[in-house]
Amino acid sequence: MHEMSLAENIRQIIEEAGCRQGFGRVRTVILEVGALAAVEPESLRFCFDLVMKDSIADGARLQIDSVPGQGQCLQCGKTVPVAALYDPCPCCGCYEVQATLGTGMRVRELEIE
Amino acid sequence: MCNVCGCGAGEARIEGQSLQPGHAGGGLMAYRRLRSRNERQHLPADSRWVAVGSPVAPSGEKPLGESEASLLPSAAPAGLIHYGQGAAGGEVPGMSQARMVRIEQDILGRNNVHAARNRAWLAVRGILALNLVSSPGSGKTSLLVRTIEALRTRIPLAVVEGDQQTSFDAERIRATGAPALQINTGKGCHLDARMVEQALEKLSPVEESVVLIENVGNLVCPAAFDLGEAAKVVVLSVTEGEDKPLKYPDMFAAARLMLLNKVDLLPYLSFDVDKALDFARRVNPGLEIICLSATTGSGFSAWLDWIEARRRETLALRHSAPLTCNLPSGPESHADRC
Ligand SMILES: Nc1nc2c(ncn2[C@@H]2O[C@H](COP(=O)(O)OP(=O)(O)OP(=O)(O)O)[C@@H](O)[C@H]2O)c(=O)[nH]1
Ligand SMILES: [Mg+2]
Ligand SMILES: [Zn+2]
Ligand SMILES: [Zn+2]
Ligand SMILES: [Zn+2]
Repeated sequence: MHEMSLAENIRQIIEEAGCRQGFGRVRTVILEVGALAAVEPESLRFCFDLVMKDSIADGARLQIDSVPGQGQCLQCGKTVPVAALYDPCPCCGCYEVQATLGTGMRVRELEIE
Repeated sequence: MCNVCGCGAGEARIEGQSLQPGHAGGGLMAYRRLRSRNERQHLPADSRWVAVGSPVAPSGEKPLGESEASLLPSAAPAGLIHYGQGAAGGEVPGMSQARMVRIEQDILGRNNVHAARNRAWLAVRGILALNLVSSPGSGKTSLLVRTIEALRTRIPLAVVEGDQQTSFDAERIRATGAPALQINTGKGCHLDARMVEQALEKLSPVEESVVLIENVGNLVCPAAFDLGEAAKVVVLSVTEGEDKPLKYPDMFAAARLMLLNKVDLLPYLSFDVDKALDFARRVNPGLEIICLSATTGSGFSAWLDWIEARRRETLALRHSAPLTCNLPSGPESHADRC
């Protein structure tokens, strides 16, 4: 459901870039999606194919590069990898880890013709 | 569907009326691509776009033919913002005719632009906005009604209600005497910043008031959509089970405050309060928590104090720094009203 509005936003970003830079077709769309960004890649792929119909990225391949989650432990101060928001700190075992990386998502690159 | 941010304008309604197609409130225009496919190669970049709702191509009319299209003036009104222009352009030559173009744009960038505008609009007026999120039925409207009844003699309050359908919740709020506006999101499962932008304009809350936004009952995607609020307040009710913060971590991570509601029912349930609070703090170590009941009013004074503290911060900010609304001044920009 929410992946649908993300796909709509992606289409808009692509069409605007196409308008600005004057390119025609898009072959590949490369996204960066944080592991903590609450996006389901399979659901996003499904919505992507639907939403790109009749756009310059109709039929484009979608590449989703995952960005690993990272956080800072408020107890031991270390920067640690975070796979899920409720994971404990791998160093000290406490749960006071504040996510700092891997929460966002962006369109990084397009392969165009 | 909003062509600018995909935020579902075709579906969403405010008080039964469709959302405006463009972004009339912000000097930003919605753009619609002309249909003809082969014109892409022939037209200069600007003329491929026409403003939706402009006299040359009202949305909903039949698409313009190629020859008509080429006669269109390039649509570049002064208020137009092209986001991320600076970031694009680094091109890497590739094999055959294919090449790579760097885009580097946040997928939620559109929403965030609307949200930032809402935040500025609220800040210059000293209005505190809170975004209440929860699963359906955890007691958001009941909490709002009781909150308004407790505060309304001291603080002006207004409510923005988000639901997929019906205006029941706005009617419940209006029964208290407070102004309320209903947004129906149709198929949409969350409020976005653009809907709230239009709702704020219609509602026009008084300066230094408190605006309470009740989001669509959904523990998933409202977490991802900043509305321009000062804080998200997540409501969890004790009938939902203590594992919700782990099952839906994003919402609890995005919130500043959690209200544990319906504590009057604890004697009848096996809900483990300490466990629920521990789970919530695992997800968000900085989360503030208040346990209360919208039915009996127990715990309410802590919640009302919390609102007043946030309001004092908003007012202090307004009176310390002379905030200016440095927004693009298009014909219908927010700047007119700042
Ligand atoms: N016992 C008890 N019931 C409550 C409490 N708060 C709300 N309820 C009941 O829970 C039900 C749902 O409350 P609402 O206030 O409509 O919940 P909501 O979160 O606004 O629901 P949606 O807008 O549909 O997502 C109603 O029957 C309320 O009377 C509470 O503190 N204790
Ligand atoms: Mg409600
Ligand atoms: Zn640690
Ligand atoms: Zn928009
Ligand atoms: Zn949603």
